[in-house]
Amino acid sequence: MEILINIGLFLLLMTLGYGFGRRAEKAHFKSLRIREAKHRAVILSMGRHIPPTRANVEARLVTGSVVVSVDYFKRFFAMLRLLIGGRLFSYESLMERARREAILRMKEQAISLGSKEIYNVKLETSTISNGLQNALGTVEVLAYGTAVVEK
Amino acid sequence: MLITNIETIPGKNIVKHLGLVQGSTVRSKHVGRDIMAGLKNIFGGELRGYTELLEDARGEALERMKRQARGMGANAVINVRFATSSVAQGAAELFVYGTAVVME
Repeated sequence: MEILINIGLFLLLMTLGYGFGRRAEKAHFKSLRIREAKHRAVILSMGRHIPPTRANVEARLVTGSVVVSVDYFKRFFAMLRLLIGGRLFSYESLMERARREAILRMKEQAISLGSKEIYNVKLETSTISNGLQNALGTVEVLAYGTAVVEK
Repeated sequence: MLITNIETIPGKNIVKHLGLVQGSTVRSKHVGRDIMAGLKNIFGGELRGYTELLEDARGEALERMKRQARGMGANAVINVRFATSSVAQGAAELFVYGTAVVME
């Protein structure tokens, strides 16, 4: 009896994860595309030097961060994948979503300061877990850089 | 207090370097947020509680770094870097460091 309940619960979580996770991911990618098109005017540069000719500007640190998690369904399949190795598609899309979102948030902060250029952009990723063995498939991505504001 | 992560301050000359300044804070999540995070681990998606928590913590670390810089008589911090490390179960350290300078 107990095993049936466990299997039932597992299937329920898988279905919930699959349904909601897919919907959330689709919606997120859509919103990313829309906002990326909107903020295309903000230029990101990995360079560390602002051209010396541009003297009449002000520099400000801007950051954007996000914590994203995969759903139950994807986590389960990722765990199966670990047995045979190879690409973990579900985690690839997680990382992509997190990075794009963090960059967008940084851009939004720059826009709110009236800037259209960000220099020396750095991306940092850290995993959030419940102790050592219990990696949750949750990542934090932080994007930061120096926004240049015309005075 | 001006903060940048490049080596110069555009339009300003740096007249004095005062050395390394740093700020850090160790935070852990609280139970309410953990329950929400547990749900999100089933459904997937952004963990807004964690995002806010880490943003707050980073703000605090920055604030501490600025305080140290101010104490040294600096009016800007350049070359700022962020670092995150997990200290124990459910706790993370957020660390910010940079070079304190005096600009004209």
